[in-house]
Amino acid sequence: MLGLKKSDLRLYLIVLALLIFAPFLLNPFPDTSGLAQFNAGYPDLMQKLIIFGLFAVGFNILFGLTGYLSFGHAAFLGVGSYAGVWMFKLLTMNVVPALIVSTLTAGVFALLIGFISLRRSGIYFSILTLAFAQMSYSLAYSVLTPITGGETGLQLSLDDPRIIGISRTESGNIPVPHFFGLEMNSATTIDFGAWSFTFSAGYYFAAVIFAVAFFLTIRLFRSPFGLMLRAVKSNQSRMSYTGLNSRPYALAAFVISGMYAGLAGGLMVAMDPLAGAERMLWTASGEVVLMTILGGAGTLIGPVLGAGVIAYLESIISTINENVLHQWFGGLPDWAENTLVTVVEPFVGEGWHLTLGAVFMLVVIFLPGGIVQAGRLIARFFRRNRGEVGALSGEPERRPGE
Amino acid sequence: MEAIILQILNGLDKGSAYALIALGLTLIFGTLGVVNFAHGALFMLGAFVAVTMQRVLTLGFVPEGATGTSAGGFSFGTARETPYVEHWFGPEVGGTIIDWAVPISILVAIPVMALIGVAMERGLIRFFYKRPHADQILVTFGLAIVLQEIIKHYYGANPIPTPAPDVFVGSFDFGQVLGFDPYTIMYPYWRLVYFGFAAVVIGGVFAFLQFTTFGMVVRAGMADRETVGLLGIDIDKRFVVMFALAAIVAGMAGVMYTPILSPNYHMGMDFLVLSFVVVVVGGMGSLPGAVAAGFLLGILQSFASMTEVIELIPGINQVVIYLVAIIVLLTRPRGLMGRKGVMEE
Repeated sequence: MLGLKKSDLRLYLIVLALLIFAPFLLNPFPDTSGLAQFNAGYPDLMQKLIIFGLFAVGFNILFGLTGYLSFGHAAFLGVGSYAGVWMFKLLTMNVVPALIVSTLTAGVFALLIGFISLRRSGIYFSILTLAFAQMSYSLAYSVLTPITGGETGLQLSLDDPRIIGISRTESGNIPVPHFFGLEMNSATTIDFGAWSFTFSAGYYFAAVIFAVAFFLTIRLFRSPFGLMLRAVKSNQSRMSYTGLNSRPYALAAFVISGMYAGLAGGLMVAMDPLAGAERMLWTASGEVVLMTILGGAGTLIGPVLGAGVIAYLESIISTINENVLHQWFGGLPDWAENTLVTVVEPFVGEGWHLTLGAVFMLVVIFLPGGIVQAGRLIARFFRRNRGEVGALSGEPERRPGE
Repeated sequence: MEAIILQILNGLDKGSAYALIALGLTLIFGTLGVVNFAHGALFMLGAFVAVTMQRVLTLGFVPEGATGTSAGGFSFGTARETPYVEHWFGPEVGGTIIDWAVPISILVAIPVMALIGVAMERGLIRFFYKRPHADQILVTFGLAIVLQEIIKHYYGANPIPTPAPDVFVGSFDFGQVLGFDPYTIMYPYWRLVYFGFAAVVIGGVFAFLQFTTFGMVVRAGMADRETVGLLGIDIDKRFVVMFALAAIVAGMAGVMYTPILSPNYHMGMDFLVLSFVVVVVGGMGSLPGAVAAGFLLGILQSFASMTEVIELIPGINQVVIYLVAIIVLLTRPRGLMGRKGVMEE
């Protein structure tokens, strides 16, 4: 079905189901219980999960398939955001033109940067992309202020022309991004016992976009083109010996992955029409690398998992503070409580980045294949226990070529 | 003419910092073949050694019988704490010691940074020699995040002013020395000190590599690790020492930079990105290249910050280093002084 293999189709259907039922699945704890703070089923966070998932999936097309480690991918996200906001300012608050234009702008931008950066490989490529991204960030922050809004960021205002749409609503407010009338911030809440589930239009819109993009990714992974990209990763010199010029393939992957990033940027402003230069900072680029690695580079579902885990942990862990910890460990003897709180405290709240860095190091050291590899190891372990050694465990390890 | 000299001088201190960090990066890369994204964090740690030293030296107690005015059970404006060093050595000597906190920190920074360097190499990086460069980048990137977050946790997110000794406050009138009008070329003393310090350290590292047997073996190991190993030399042990040396160089660069830029937890990252660009421009694995490119880019950046230049090409001061890096990489892929066969899979 849909031109997918059976296993891919199964994966895709699982992802679709997760997307549709996310508002339920991410809200497992009743609102009244103490665990409600672990709920993730509110629109802001769900949209964030989707958008970063999209960003990471796109990044994975480049890094996972070709092995080129770009350290400047956030630049494309930033460019996409700016392009999206400009469409809102000039044309209409409908999100469709904004998304199209942000994707295309990011694509052109990626073509330009990729054309130059891909002349080099390895660490040189990483540093070139880093240099370009930092350059974009500095420019957006300083000289390009008329286009980018500089330090305050690019915002909508009441005086924007919006040729097709309206400059201001009847009540005199800035209009909200909408999809042919369906406003992105509209939401329905259904109360069910102690639970309340929020269904946001913005989330489902983003989810549809993500579903389409993810489908394209699967097709790309399984296509001859995807195979060619893997060849670039595993042995580039052998490819050139056989008379193939690998650069156009790598460039195509770079542009496609830049367009995914641009689309993610466009979605970001569709949910919240504000674009700032800090989205292009190299730490933002580092974050998407983290997501991809944490989930498992080169796998289909890995980047989605990684993005989900990081975005979820970020919003949950950063809300925990010392009082919450005392509450948690309150049942323990005082000395144990205080010791535990002292140990854990640096990792929560503002220390969220410390957790992120530590988790990331542990993953790179012990689990270079990320969550997906962990899942495989666990699956293999259980299979072996059931005495089915060798039946299914023969799946080859996907290690990056050196 | 005055303007040009002034810009060259202004570029020197930043260039010195770039050169010192890039030198360490190149040492690590040339010997161990590891791309160390945590090198900026070492620079930052050095700066915080200075901050810590300053705090330790000013650590004091309130002398007995000198508690502040108390009214209604609350005490207002407690009496000035007397730092222990002033108590021990008398106000004069003690005050001088506190005043010279930054230079004194150098002495502390050397063993501390050496320890951190060895711990980093033995504890983490040696497991990554056989892994792809991407993994090395990623794990050291993670380490850099961890280190800077730890510092942030203990020292807060705000920059901590760490002044230079009083002797070096003020500026040196270069114009008069060179025969221009007075007050045309003013240069802060501490920056002069920094440049001199960088020159000494760089000279020291080169002399160590050039004129000692140890350095000779290390150079041989950089050129052909396998052959040196076949000669019965445990090259890995020496490379660990080089890693510690690189950490010390970065740490000292950080200590001395504190009076120029109040240290904050992310200063390492800020310098790291530029230092990488410096290494690439200079040529991966080339020590003279790293140093030359460090000063070159520092001076170039300071020229690009001139008002005349900014008026001509807006924004050039922000991007000049990256622009140069892009041009160099595209025209001379190995960098200015790069060796053949380094990082070319």
